[in-house]
Amino acid sequence: MNNSRTNSNGGYDAIVIGAGHNGLANAAFLAKAGLRVVIVEKNPWIGGASVSRELHEGWIYSNCSYVCSLLRPEIYRALELAKYGLQVVPYGGSVTFTQDGNYFGSYVDEDVSRREMARFSERDADASLRYHADIMRQCRFIRQFLLRTAPDPTSLKPFDVKEMMHLGREFWKLGEDTLGDLIRFYTMSISDYLDEYFEHPVIKAAYAGSGIIGSALGVMSPGTAYVLLHHAMGEVDGSIGSWGFARGGMGAIAKAMAGCFEAHGGEIRTDAGVEQIIVKGGKVTGVALENGDEVHAPLVVSNLDVKRTFLQVMDEKDLDAEFVTKVRNFKIRGSSGKLNIALDGLPEFPALRGNPEMIRGDMHFIDSIERLERAYDDWKDGSWSKDPYVDLLIPTLTDPTMAPPGKHFMSVFVQYVPPKLTKNGVKGCDWTDEDRDAFGETVINQISKYSPNFRDLILHAEVRTPRELEAEVGLTEGNIFQGELTLDQLLFNRPIPGYAQYRGPVKGLYMCGSSNHPGGGVMAAPGANAAREILRDLRKPNTVPEGWLDD
Amino acid sequence: MTDQNKAPNAGKVVIIGAGHNGLVCAAYLAKAGFEVNILEARHEVGGAAASHEFAPGYRVSSTGHLLYRLDEQVIKDLDLASHGLEMAASDLPTVALGSEGRHLKIHDDRITGEDVSREDRNAFMAYRERMLRFARIISGLDDKIPPRIASGERADNIGLGRLAWSIRRLGKKDMREFLRIAGINIYDVLEERFENELLKGALSLDGVLGTHLGPRSNNSVFTALHRLGGSVNGKQGAVAIPRGGMGAVSEALVKAVEALGVSILTGAEVGHVEIENGKATGATLVTGEIMPADYVISCADPKTTFLKLIGPRQLDAGMVRKVSNVRQKGNAAKLHLALDGLPKFTGLEAAQAGHRLVVAPDLEYVERAFNHVKYGEHSAHPVMEITIPSVHDASLAPEGKHVLSAIVQYAPYGPGSDSAGFEAQVMETLARYAPGIREQVVASELLTPNHFEDRFGNIGGHWHHAELALDQFLMLRPVAGAAQYAAPVDGLYLCGAGCHPGGGVSGQAGRNVAQLISGLDK
Repeated sequence: MNNSRTNSNGGYDAIVIGAGHNGLANAAFLAKAGLRVVIVEKNPWIGGASVSRELHEGWIYSNCSYVCSLLRPEIYRALELAKYGLQVVPYGGSVTFTQDGNYFGSYVDEDVSRREMARFSERDADASLRYHADIMRQCRFIRQFLLRTAPDPTSLKPFDVKEMMHLGREFWKLGEDTLGDLIRFYTMSISDYLDEYFEHPVIKAAYAGSGIIGSALGVMSPGTAYVLLHHAMGEVDGSIGSWGFARGGMGAIAKAMAGCFEAHGGEIRTDAGVEQIIVKGGKVTGVALENGDEVHAPLVVSNLDVKRTFLQVMDEKDLDAEFVTKVRNFKIRGSSGKLNIALDGLPEFPALRGNPEMIRGDMHFIDSIERLERAYDDWKDGSWSKDPYVDLLIPTLTDPTMAPPGKHFMSVFVQYVPPKLTKNGVKGCDWTDEDRDAFGETVINQISKYSPNFRDLILHAEVRTPRELEAEVGLTEGNIFQGELTLDQLLFNRPIPGYAQYRGPVKGLYMCGSSNHPGGGVMAAPGANAAREILRDLRKPNTVPEGWLDD
Repeated sequence: MTDQNKAPNAGKVVIIGAGHNGLVCAAYLAKAGFEVNILEARHEVGGAAASHEFAPGYRVSSTGHLLYRLDEQVIKDLDLASHGLEMAASDLPTVALGSEGRHLKIHDDRITGEDVSREDRNAFMAYRERMLRFARIISGLDDKIPPRIASGERADNIGLGRLAWSIRRLGKKDMREFLRIAGINIYDVLEERFENELLKGALSLDGVLGTHLGPRSNNSVFTALHRLGGSVNGKQGAVAIPRGGMGAVSEALVKAVEALGVSILTGAEVGHVEIENGKATGATLVTGEIMPADYVISCADPKTTFLKLIGPRQLDAGMVRKVSNVRQKGNAAKLHLALDGLPKFTGLEAAQAGHRLVVAPDLEYVERAFNHVKYGEHSAHPVMEITIPSVHDASLAPEGKHVLSAIVQYAPYGPGSDSAGFEAQVMETLARYAPGIREQVVASELLTPNHFEDRFGNIGGHWHHAELALDQFLMLRPVAGAAQYAAPVDGLYLCGAGCHPGGGVSGQAGRNVAQLISGLDK
């Protein structure tokens, strides 16, 4: 990818800033429609947060995002990602280790899962049937809106009125009870929601984790039930709610998208960070690169998050003051960290004796709602969680291409890690290398409590706090979703009310990152939706699939 | 009452519970020609809208001590003024207490006090105006039966259309802001607008008082709006102290209903509602005595009504489950102090002791106070809303003496509730702002959510019967399918704070139910 075609400096129809998966998807759909598109990427590699990197010799790290489920199958098909080399291998199951040396497993086979649950609580095993049915009903409902542009409820334009009516009709069809549940789903805390079904603390903790991933919210914060839904609505091979590994790491997604894009004549320039979006006479005319070059085109699509787009690479005087204030108020607080570890062999988890298969899925070490909530209290106080929630995976058990034979790669996602620290009562202190290492040590200790030989197997570990995520990937404050998934930043409110249809406040400027509807999680939906709106504005035939019901 | 006013369906009504909503409901139904009997389990009437003598000669409001949303139509219709309801003080300013005597006074849209920047003052004027406007969207629904969603009924669709229109009418800019902030937390909304920590802390209290929320919890903007929707003497957002305490509201209501011929039976605890062939036919007292009726109205909290008075056997499983899941964790405690003189708050003039005093020095403080209750502990450093009603109303204490009434958060419901250590911590916090207060205390009382449950029978000790939250509001209060006051049993109606539009001594649920039954005055 590094030796991309940089033959001409003009004649582009569109420039896409940032070669993340959304930028790539957006560019690919535009290129398919016949536009001449160039992507400018600041890093020497592509992928943004869906990236594979060899950071230790012989090991490929998915060093940001690490599993795949939300990537829309419609996009997968439309961009022929399989043809360009993407393979998603499903994995199943998860295990939650308890402090008393026991574990709670979740299995692909539903009957086995229920039996396991009954080991903790018969009542919960029964409730799980109802729980999964209810979650699935909500997932089915929301999925049809992922590849649709959210209508502006304040607008009387035909598109918005038509879409509002469509939304209304779909809501209506649900009926009173389900609609009531839907409202509750968007406003309740995951803790309260789970209390309605389950009684056992370990079972609740096992389910609650995905309600906080990537969010600066605690399990007891109203609004986290939706975050759980966001993590449940994906699919692998038509199996809703399941997760998979991209073979070769998450960079394989970006690579396949880039393959499609380039096959349609697209051009990618790496090492080409944008200094400024050029605006003349109220219209964008191109971008000025950090290396002094200028690239011109009548359309500029930003895959950067909304804060970076408007506060860093645009000149404030090109924007309305009130708009800038709204961008400043956009909530993009980082809350996550990551450890990427090269292992000399497989770590042992003594609690799993007799059932070593369990390490093929997600592993968690928090066994009560209260411990999860206290982890969040630390974040509020400006510190990383002392008893963190980790989502641990060993992808090399499923995809051996990522490490030398017999060796393994471990991905450890961590909640909560604040973007700034409070030190000695002073808020807003920057992370230092010592802080980062101390954080890494906290996480390694947490894992070591359940795996005594783990520490000795570590050959190399990359520790990433929000500081590293921001510096390298360009995610402001290290927020993995390019903005929190709360009610004020969803649907027609995302990223900013009145600007939720991928169009920026300047003519010719578009936004395609996860800051836009429907948000983050390697979905590629914002990129695809933005392409549809651009093609609509250009009166070009649409190349972007609309969401459909496949069940 | 004349015969022309008599509703054609007028019959015999039994109301369970003589709380203020039950009394209001009784009055309207009696006016419409119904024969109304109220059954009250306790020996006093008024439910939680009560005053009590906690030490010889010292009286206070038992729960809420400020009136801010008593329906003005109710006051007028029932002529409560002539029945003795009078405000000892209306439109109280708020004083936010800070460290070392620093403080701010907030009154209407004005802030006075040191350290507040011009930007904050201006921002507050805009904020207050906007919040009042947004609050009217919500309070505009207070006197309506919540529309059902997806019922297909014309009246429901009109109701929903009206709600949509009231939001649309805000104009593009405000509508966007309303849709953005109505569901989120007050912490972020205040952080976006203000610099002054003391100001933000004090304003955040409006979003968390009486709830299981911290300032960072989403939904706290909504509770702040709910609070700001009411009015006193025609002034929206004002707070008042009734003469004689909150019990005076109930006393005036009792006089009003008795004048209308309603009978109130105290010490009459209802065991269950009589149900025959899916229709309520009366209420059975725990003594076994049956009080037959054409209409039964329960003012108990939703869980008591559904799970005890109706009983799970009369309900479908889905309804039982929904009701069991209603959230009603009470977190508010009440401190009552009998004082042998007016306490001296550092930095305040004596006259300011009569204001609404707020201990919520900054947002983090309030959030940390909330942290404890998530784990069933009481706050190490609690937040407080303090009034000294005897400044305005000499009848509450012996001459020259005073009573202090403070809502204290957060106190857990459940085993951690009765911790003796809590009162010591509350006093320590109070003494930080009024250093000599401990020496002035003649008698004291700290009521926790468990006390409220014991005293008033509301499960969870929650002042609003059910948490005020977006998922428990309007057509979802108390639960979907029973939010239009009609229980899923013919002839049985829900009333009380657990129904739309929630608690806060408004009387609106009572009025709405009466109008629903009588079919008059639509």
